[in-house]
Formats: sequence, C-alpha cells, structure tokens
Amino acid sequence: MAELAINPGRAAAPQRRRNWPMELNALLGLVAIALIFEIAGWMVRGDSFLFNWSRLSIMILQVSVIGIIAVGVTQVIITGGIDLSSGSIVGATAIIAMSFAQMGTRNGQDFTDAVFWNQGWVDLPVFMPIIVGLFLGLLAGLINGAVIAYTKIPPFIATLGMMVTARGVAKWWTEGQAVSNPTADFAAIGAGMMPVIIFAGIAILFQLVLTYTLYGRHTYAIGSNAAAARMAGINVERHLVTVYAIAGMLSAVAGLVAGSRALTAQAGMGVMYELDAIAMAVIGGVSLIGGRGSIIGTFIGMLIFGVIISGFTFLRVDAYYQEMIKGFIIVAAVVADIYRQKRRGIVD
Amino acid sequence: MVKTVLKTEGLTKHYGGIQALVDADFEVKEGEHVAIVGDNGAGKSTFVRQITGVEQRTAGRIWFDGNEVTFAGPLDAREAGMECVFQNLALADDLDVPANLFLGREKILLNLGPFSILDRRGMRKATEDGLKATGVRIPRLDYAIRRMSGGQRQGVAIARSATFASKMIIMDEPTAALGVQETAQVENIIRTLKARGIALVLISHNLRQVFDLVDRIVVFRRGHIVANLRKDETDGNDIVAYITGVKTQNVAAALM
Repeated sequence: MAELAINPGRAAAPQRRRNWPMELNALLGLVAIALIFEIAGWMVRGDSFLFNWSRLSIMILQVSVIGIIAVGVTQVIITGGIDLSSGSIVGATAIIAMSFAQMGTRNGQDFTDAVFWNQGWVDLPVFMPIIVGLFLGLLAGLINGAVIAYTKIPPFIATLGMMVTARGVAKWWTEGQAVSNPTADFAAIGAGMMPVIIFAGIAILFQLVLTYTLYGRHTYAIGSNAAAARMAGINVERHLVTVYAIAGMLSAVAGLVAGSRALTAQAGMGVMYELDAIAMAVIGGVSLIGGRGSIIGTFIGMLIFGVIISGFTFLRVDAYYQEMIKGFIIVAAVVADIYRQKRRGIVD
Repeated sequence: MVKTVLKTEGLTKHYGGIQALVDADFEVKEGEHVAIVGDNGAGKSTFVRQITGVEQRTAGRIWFDGNEVTFAGPLDAREAGMECVFQNLALADDLDVPANLFLGREKILLNLGPFSILDRRGMRKATEDGLKATGVRIPRLDYAIRRMSGGQRQGVAIARSATFASKMIIMDEPTAALGVQETAQVENIIRTLKARGIALVLISHNLRQVFDLVDRIVVFRRGHIVANLRKDETDGNDIVAYITGVKTQNVAAALM
C-alpha cells in the first residue's frame, strides 16, 4: 500500500517539463533515420532514397500486414500485457481460411488437390473464408484473454502457449502441405495496395476508438492502475478478454491479407511477426509497463521499421545484417523506454 | 431533529481468532464531521472496511441514510451515496484529471455499449465545477496525475469523492504522506465539505488536525470504542489518555 501512496518529493516535476508527447520523439527518430539513409544513398549509390515513389510504396506494403497486427498488439501492451501469439494466428488463419477459398479448377482441369475437394467445398463465395478466418482469430484471442483474466497467469506465458498451439494447428491442418489456388475474389483481398488500405482503415478506426470511447478510456486505466480501475467499478476481467479478442481478430485479418497476397498459405507463415509488431509499438513510444501509447505512435514505429528494412536493401546490406541490426534496434527501443520511465520516476 | 446518516450497532469483525473490532456502536448525523482516532491496530481501518463493504462483518447491524444495509462491496456503498478516499488514492497515474474524476462512471454522448462515445467536454466542464466547489486548485486539468504533487493528487481524490458523494465521505488518513503546505491545502478542502453539509468520517493520527476540523471525536482502542466525545468537552491530553488506555468510557472494554 505504502508504495502506491503519494510522493511529495516529486512536487517539482510539473513546472519543469511541458507536455511532450512520446510520438514526437518517434517522429524525430523517423526523420533522422530517413535522412541518414538519404545521405548514405547519395554517397554509396549516387541516388535518392526517399524520392522514389515505387520504393516508398513497396516499403509501406512490406510493413502493412505486420502493422495490422501491431494495432491490436498496441492495445494489449497499453493494458500492461503482451501478445506473443499473433504470428502463429496469422499462420493458422491463413492456411485454414485459404482452404475455404480454393477454386475447383486449375488451368482448365479439376483441382483435386483442393483441401475440401471430396466435400465439394470449392469455389465458395469469398465471405466464407473471411468469416472462418475472423472467427478463428476471435476464438484464439478469446482464449488468450480468458486465460489471462481469470487464471491470473502472466500474459507472456498464456500467449506463448497460444503461439505454440496455433502453430501446431497450422501444421496439423494440411499435415504441412501448402494451400493454394484461391478464387479471384479471395486473391483480391491482398492485391495491389489493398494491405495498405486495410491497415489504414483499421489504424484510424482504433486510434479513434482508443481516444474517444469508453473502451479506450478503460484500456488506459487498466494499464495505468488495474487496482484503481477495479475499485472504480470497471470490469477488468471482461475488458481484458475484449482487448485480447480484438488483437486475435486483427491477427486473423493480417493472416487473410498475407495469404491472399501470396496466393498460397503455408504453416510457416507469420513466424516472428509478433516480435516485429511488438517492436513497432515499443519504437513508437508504447510503454511496456502499460498505460501509455497510441496507434499514431505505433504507425510511426511501423514507418521506422519500413525505412530501416528498405534502406538497408537500398544500400545492398545483406539480409543477415539486417536481422542483426533489427534485433539491436528493438533492444535499444526498450532501453529508451526504461530510461524514459526512470526520468519520470516510475521505475527505479 | 437532525437526521442520522450512518449508524452501527454491535459491529464486530474477527479475523480467525483475532478480534479486530468488537461491538462498535457508532453514529454520524447529517452534515456532521466525526474523527476516528486510536493507536495503530486499534481497529480504525477495520471499522471502515466493514461499513464500506470492502470486507463482510462478523456480526452487527448497519444503517445508512435511514435504511438497514449490507454492502456487498465499495461499489454498492458508492451507489448509496457513501464515498471513500482510500489511503492508496486509487488514481490512474497516466490519465488526466477529468478521466480520473469520472473513472468508472464516465459521461456518455452516444451509447454503443463498451464502445460508447465519451462526453469529454461535459466531463471536463463538470470537473472544473467539481474542483471549484471543493476548493481544489489544479493548474492544468489535461496533465496526467503522475505529474502532480502529492497535495494535488490528494485534492483530485477528494474532489472525486466530493463530486459524487451525496451523503457521506470517509477519509483514511488523507494527509499522512503530505508536507505542511499540502496538508493545509487538504484541510481547507475538508472545510468546504463542512460548508456544503456533507458528513465526514475522518481517520487521522494528527490531533491538531482533528481538533481543527471535526465536531466529535471517537477513540478506538484494541478493537473497542472507548470514548465518544464532543470536541468542546475534551482536549488533546484527554484524548491521549483514552488512546493509551489511561481512561475509558467503555467499562466492558476495560475489563478485557
């Protein structure tokens, strides 16, 4: 009880610092990184990095699918939790949904390799795979949320379990076989700039929801002080289930988009997506301790991610080095977060 | 005839074999400010936990606002018009002042279930009014609670209770962690409650504060109420004598 009590020693803080949003730090970081690549581009390749429309559109396409996941993960992290199951849910929903989206013919011949060929479930209308996929994501998220809220085990462990289980489901579904040959309608979900459009719609929607609705207010309240939220009459358990369910659904959306875009779904899809999504959020100023962050911040984190990946590709840095540097950036972002908390006197 | 807001009869709480509270008869009139004093472990906080429904009593009866009540939890008590400022404040540090004031009872513009649209402007306006009525001065309402001084935080917690309490407020050592100036600030806030006619139960170790603020002083000792005194019929030495057990009004307790 005593630690929660007020600390008069911090009385001087309000005068010292203005309201400086964390998103602004991330934005400055984005501009700095982009400029570094621009300068390096002229030096190394004698070409502009930023002023190339096709590179920019590829850059944002690359990160949009994970960005969809990051929108859900951001909300989970704001409650003080974490979701490690996103990537596996992508894999499971992609492969299962795709098997309800297959055509009955390929190159004019019967496509007897279709998963449900014997049942005759081919050439189904596009809402079938969509409904199946979203339902699976919802189900996985509900399980995550219920386990976390009602058994009180740490979110890290609960979602780690879902991560392993959902990946297992993905492999079991076709015994490791890829599922391909989707209908034209299903293929349209992830075609062209659709992933970016879907991401933008979801991101804007949830930025508004977090800012202007009861759901958003309670999400921040729970991450800030769950005991206070409970004492104020908020049903913390039910709210957590909702937050994880939304995160699961958004992972499923990412799975549908990724499967559709690739025109084929494999059990290994989405591996490590959860870590990239978490990294985007943390880089964008979402605090792992909970209570603070925004979708706008995560969006900037996503752009930083995209700039780094396409920047290294542009400079022809090997993919292995890219991964190593990515790992370094993730840790650096968390260290920066801890440092920020320290300065504010939240953690010692 | 002044109405009675809160009344308990034979209120008793045992934790296993430990008798934390024995046969407490207690009463608060409308608009009356009553202090509960006593040494650590005397049963003050236990008493508060029974009447607010945080814990369920072992025996005894409670009347609030004319009805016999059994609160299942602090939310029930709140709904009946009894607010409690807890020792740990129960504020969400990352939220701003209006968000904290209306936490759990937000004003809604458009009802969409859990996704209802918040009436941010309405809550801000009501917060300004509430703070003004309580005499709490907060420089910036849109700052997170984390960035405020101890006195300002306590001010927000009290303003929250005062805004919603229709009958009575309970404060458990509201100035225990505050400096001199901030304590004075909180005491002024408490005086505005008196002026507004809201009943108060104040738990405090600070006798100077108690004599400054309340009408009546109730002394707890080892789970018993050992004295119930009007402020003008007692003084600091007298109260200390009751707290330490040199004197008692409660013969049954003295025999134990």
